[in-house]
Formats: sequence, structure tokens, C-alpha cells
Amino acid sequence: MKPAVVPGALAPREKQTASRLLIGLAVAVTAVIIVVPLIYIFWRALADGFGVFAQNILDPNTLHAVWLTALVALITVPVNIVIGLAAAWLIARFTFPGRKLLLTVIELPFSISPIIAGVCYLLLYGRQGLLGPMLADADIQILFALPGIVLVTLFVTAPFVTREVLPLMQAQGSEQEQAALTLGASGFQIFRLVTLPNIRWALVYGAVLASARAIGEFGAVSVVSGSIRGQTNTLPLQIELLFNDLNIVGAFAAASTLTLLALVTMLIKTLVEGRTKSD
Amino acid sequence: MTSVAVAIPRSGRTRRVLPGFGLTMGLTLSYVGIIVLLPVLALVLKGAEIGPVRYWEIVTSPRTLAALRLTVTAAAIATLFNAAYGLLMAWVLTRYCFPGRRLLDAMMDIPFALPTAVAGLSLTALFSANGWYGSILAPAGISVVYTIWGVAIAMSFTSVPFVVRTVQPILEDLDPAVEEAARSLGASPFTIFRRVIFPAIQPAFLVGATIAFARSLGEFGAVIFIAGNLPMKTEIASLLAMIRLEEYDYNGAAAIALTLMLIALILLALSNWLQSRMQRKGGVT
Repeated sequence: MKPAVVPGALAPREKQTASRLLIGLAVAVTAVIIVVPLIYIFWRALADGFGVFAQNILDPNTLHAVWLTALVALITVPVNIVIGLAAAWLIARFTFPGRKLLLTVIELPFSISPIIAGVCYLLLYGRQGLLGPMLADADIQILFALPGIVLVTLFVTAPFVTREVLPLMQAQGSEQEQAALTLGASGFQIFRLVTLPNIRWALVYGAVLASARAIGEFGAVSVVSGSIRGQTNTLPLQIELLFNDLNIVGAFAAASTLTLLALVTMLIKTLVEGRTKSD
Repeated sequence: MTSVAVAIPRSGRTRRVLPGFGLTMGLTLSYVGIIVLLPVLALVLKGAEIGPVRYWEIVTSPRTLAALRLTVTAAAIATLFNAAYGLLMAWVLTRYCFPGRRLLDAMMDIPFALPTAVAGLSLTALFSANGWYGSILAPAGISVVYTIWGVAIAMSFTSVPFVVRTVQPILEDLDPAVEEAARSLGASPFTIFRRVIFPAIQPAFLVGATIAFARSLGEFGAVIFIAGNLPMKTEIASLLAMIRLEEYDYNGAAAIALTLMLIALILLALSNWLQSRMQRKGGVT
């Protein structure tokens, strides 16, 4: 008998009605809860025509939100890449006491809901917070300003790069790097010429996930940003603001740009997965 | 050269062979310390400052209790739905070949890729009285927006991928020989599923459901759009924490946040325990 490699090869004939039923149910439920809400975003954004859509996007406050969101991503993602690679190198290439604990702490932000992260940051940097009086004396503004948004975004995106790169580095082992070392390569050369080519697609994917999250983060940012219109409003917060202003079409216009970005993220994911498989 | 060979024994002491230990350790520890641990420490210290008596008063106040109850109930409903839907999707995506299967598979990533505020906006508009879904449901007397069902729907949307993506690889790796053996012994498809397949995927299924539940408890962006946020009725716990902050009631906010974090950490420990049990089981078979 041939091994069953093709999905569906296992289904015997008497189960065909059952399988059609299950496929139909899966498609129907997915359409209702995922596909229609996705299409609806573009439908509503363009409901009043492209002119109104463009007008909504070009609204100064929305444009400022786009700019601020891009700025936050441009700051946080490079930091994520550097630290994520450092942490992956540390955990994959050395053994030391507390290694597992360190990994747990790095992944902690995935288990803490964004609102709690925001509360933590407020209790740390807020006026009544741990460091609040010190910061006020030094006249440093962290909350309700760019630094706070950047810091809390770094918190929620902290695990992404390490999480994608680490398993690959562990699976590949360090023989190649050790060989390079015996041949006299410097640490930076080893990383650039040996390690990086092996992990580049995982790194790209981790960075893409981190940027998607940095752009789309809502809860944590909404606690620390103060949502000042045209100043500390990121694009997701702008959506809420427009929604509360009952400018639903405007909210959907802003949402459609984020949706496009999400679809691009998914496309990159598919491409990268194809690459890592062919590598 | 011999000294290098000596420095690379089979186990244990490979630690300092490659360069960069100090640099990466320094970078990682300062990042983790400043970005992750210090803020969490601020919350824990605040909790200690509040003290157990005051903490208990805050958490058992009617409004907080109502918020916690709503959050847990809605998350439970969302998780039940996702457990069933996730199992169905994992099964259909691994076992059947049909046109559009890869597209359907890709759809499972939408809820993670889409910012939660966008999902919340779209679902709210769809289910509101003049939306596509709301206008169908309204004549039947069903209202979703501003009810616990709306909260549960938003929560289930954002946690869709967890069960699917944990069960899917296990189903793919399942040895078809075992099922064929069961079939040749005369087992019905339902019996095969119950006695052969489900025991194999059960640990992964429970891990996925646990993470989905944890995520639902913490969901904020998608929920606040659809919930209407009426105190005592459709106000979720994390929103109440945020309202307390806006009222400068830092103790109230910290107490609620601590409670949610504690539940999240318990669920994390539970899923880790389930995962380690899964790996031990996987090692045997």
C-alpha cells in the first residue's frame, strides 16, 4: 500500500459525505467570522467613494497618526533586531546558570496582556510612580509622549525576534561557528559570514512580526500615550477616536490602511516560509 | 590548535569557546531589566504597598467583581467556541484535499495579523443594528453589540489561531498506520476519532485552549469597541483598570492589573506543564 502523504488520501469512500459536510462547515464558519469582517473593512472605507476615502486619509490628524506610528516602528524594530539577536546568541551558544529563567523572562510579555503592561509603565514612570518624582525633577517627560509609546511598544514586541531565531540557531548547532573561530575569524566576522546567512529568513520573519505588532498595538499604547489628538495618537488609537466621534467612514479608512499592512505581513510570511523550506 | 580542541569537550564546558558572551549577556540583561522586569516590579511593589486587606476590598467591590465575572465568562464562551472551531479547522486542513485549502489555511493567520482595534471596529459595525449581520439578527430579537455575546465574539476572533495552530502539526505527524489498524479491526470513524486520534491530540488541544483562554482574558482592543462598556454590565476588567488610572486611583488599577496578571501567570504555568507532559508523551511513542 502507498503511504498516505496527500491530505485526503486517508478518507475512505463512505466518509465522503461526512468530509464534504465538514469542509463546508469549516468554509462557512471561516467566511462568517474572518473573511466577511476583512472584506467589510474595505467596503466601508470606500463606501462613499474614493474621494471621501482620500479625504479621510489626508486628514491632518490621521496623517500625523500615520507618521507617529511609522516613527515608533522605525525606532523599536531595529532595537528589537539587535537585542533579539543578542539574546538568541547568548541562549543558543552558551550555557550558564539561569538560562531557562532568562528565556522565560524574555517571553513574559506574551503572557502579560497589553493593558497590564500599560499599567506597569504608568506605575513606574507616572507622577505617583516609582521613578516619577525623579523624572519630574530632571524634567524628563516619558509618559504621554513619544518615549513612553516607544518603551511600551518595546515591551510588547520584545520576544518576537528571539522566538523566531533561537530555535533555528539551536537546531543548527555551533560547529560552523567553531570552525570559523579556529580559522581565525573575529567574533563579528563569524556572526556576519556564518551565523547571519543561516538565520536571515527567520530574522526577517521575526522583524516583520515585530513591526506588525508595533504598528498595530492598541491597549498598551492607549494607557501610556494619553491619546492627545494630533500629538500622541498612533493610528490604532486614531481609529478609536474617529469611531467615538461617530466618523465611522473615517475610522474605516484609517483601519483599511492597517489592514493592507496586515495582508502584506501575511504575504511576507508565506514567502519567507517558502524560502526556509527550500534552504 | 591543540588548545582549541581541548577547549571543546563533548558537553558542559563549551560555554566560553565562542566570543560575545559578555556583550550579549550585557545587552540582554539590561534590555530585559529595563523594558520587562522594572515595570513589572513597579506593579508588584504597588501591590505590596496596597496590602492584602485593601487589595481584597478593591477586588471584591461590586463593580470589580462584575467586571471580572464578565471577563471570565465571555472568555470561557470564546474558548469553547474556539476549541470546537479550532479542532474542526485543524482536522479539515490536515485531512482533506480541496480547492482553496491553502487559502483557508492562510485565513487562520488573519486574526493575529490584523490589529485588534481594526478587528473590533469591523465586528462592531457588522453586528450593529444597521450592519450586515445586525440587520439579520435584529428581527430575530438578537442583539450582540453592547452585550456579553459581543464581548465573547470579539474575544474569539482575536484568539482563533491558537487551537488550530497547536493541533495542526500533531495531526499532520500522526502515524496513519494506527488509524488503519483501528479501521481494519472494524472501528467506526467516530470510534477511531474518540479512541485513537483524540488521545493523541488532546495535550496539544488543551495547550491551545489554555492559551486562547489566557489571551481572551487579556483582550482589550477588539472588545472595547463592541462592548459598549456599561459599568456592571459590559465592562471588562482591563478596561476598569484603565478607568481607575484615568481617575488617578492607582491602587484600584494596580489591584485589578495584579489580579489579571496572576491569572495569566497561572494559565502560563498550566500550559507549560501541559506542554512538558506532551513532549514526554511524544518521546515515548
